[in-house]
Amino acid sequence: MPKPQITSFAFPSRKEGMPLGPSAVAGVLVEANAGWRTFRPVINGEKCTRCQRCWLLCPDGVIERGEPYFQIDYNFCKGCGLCAYECPVKAITMVKEGDSNG
Amino acid sequence: MVKSTGLKRRDFISANDAVAYGVKLCRPEVIAAYPITPQTTVVEKLSEFIENKEMACEYLNVESEHSVMSAVMGASLMGCRTFTATSSQGLLYMCEMLHYVSGSRFPIVMMNANRTVAAPWNIFGDHRDSLAMRDSGWMQVYVENGQEALDTIIQAYKLAENPKVLTPVMVCLDGFVLTHTYELVDIPDQSAVDAFLPPFVTENKLDLAKPKSLCITAPPEWQTEFRYQQYEAMKEAKKLIPGIDKEFAAHFGRSHGGLIEEYRCEDAEYVLMAMGSVVGTSRLVVDKLREEGLKVGLVKVRFYRPFPKEELASIGSKVKAVGVIDRDISFGYEGALYADVKAALYNSQGTCPRTINFIAGLSGRDITKENLEMMYRKLIKAAQGQAEEEIQFVGLRWEQW
Repeated sequence: MPKPQITSFAFPSRKEGMPLGPSAVAGVLVEANAGWRTFRPVINGEKCTRCQRCWLLCPDGVIERGEPYFQIDYNFCKGCGLCAYECPVKAITMVKEGDSNG
Repeated sequence: MVKSTGLKRRDFISANDAVAYGVKLCRPEVIAAYPITPQTTVVEKLSEFIENKEMACEYLNVESEHSVMSAVMGASLMGCRTFTATSSQGLLYMCEMLHYVSGSRFPIVMMNANRTVAAPWNIFGDHRDSLAMRDSGWMQVYVENGQEALDTIIQAYKLAENPKVLTPVMVCLDGFVLTHTYELVDIPDQSAVDAFLPPFVTENKLDLAKPKSLCITAPPEWQTEFRYQQYEAMKEAKKLIPGIDKEFAAHFGRSHGGLIEEYRCEDAEYVLMAMGSVVGTSRLVVDKLREEGLKVGLVKVRFYRPFPKEELASIGSKVKAVGVIDRDISFGYEGALYADVKAALYNSQGTCPRTINFIAGLSGRDITKENLEMMYRKLIKAAQGQAEEEIQFVGLRWEQW
């Protein structure tokens, strides 16, 4: 499913440029929607069997199927850890944000 | 298929019925309601109109006032003209959604049957409920009689839906004294109302052709700008209100004064300012005292938000004393209207008159002609330099008044 691209918000230079009421064009994200993530899931491509379980279960639909292995869209991943918990071969580890191996 | 109304041009109806007729003539597409005394007969009447197919409108009975305001907001979000009515505890129960509606710029029109707020429990009229909602971002207009109630509903849609305004309006009627009082009311023709009030068209709605997110989050960097827009919209409304009343007069032959209405103020030296039904009684008292040669006048403060600062200051700066009747008090200070009138007088041109705040008509207590006459006499005494308490509770039982 296509996710909105992050589009930076163009500051209206005049007050007439403001939207009518607090509204915006639908499907626009002005910043990464992942601000409250503490741990990020990291996929070990060698362990991953492409079973698609994480892809099916991710509540935010942020896991993309692909080669050489699945990718996580960190602009949207909230770090819930469900993928790591459910991975039958323990190919996904939760790594603290900011740690060097993340 | 909408049946013809078969209405008489003039009918003996209650002010609540007058509101219902006014709403019907404005052709709202969605009404949501929850009954509360003394508002009930407004929405009852509207539900009858819809049941009898005299109105093509969706009527939603919902489980609370919070849901009422949420429902009409949803309808407004789809670009529909909407209506609801409430009172007292019900108004306070919608408080959260009042801010949602005004902040999202949905031009909903709501009738509020002014009734006090518990405790002590009481179902009768004063302005405590709507004044408590002063900063909800809604315009507030207080009417004097059934005819003005009907006419103001029509004016309210015209004002609220103006693209420069897009701000909701609360039309306030004193509970029972006005809502349940019967009088002869002119009911305009549908064609005349259609000519005055075009269908509601807005860009501020959900539209598959132009997908939008409404009621978005605004972070600290942007909240101020949206609030400034609301502030500007209210200023625009203030400019438009007198013109809308004039245009209404041209269509229907009746005018209610725009922001305020003056009564015998031309050469007045002692002026009472008040909102709502008490203005009607006060006119009689002014006439009586004028016959005695006393230079008294009266100002109906019709709009409370936007506040007619310049209009009131211009009158106040020409007279010797101003009395303000408040059917409410902000505990720890004074009446809300009084505080605003005094603030309007400060920094205005001319001399500052003596002022007295009359707290009267709380929880439906009558404000009698004798009470009003006494207020004028107190103003005259104050102007002559006699000591008068600034805040006076009218007719307090254990005090000589």
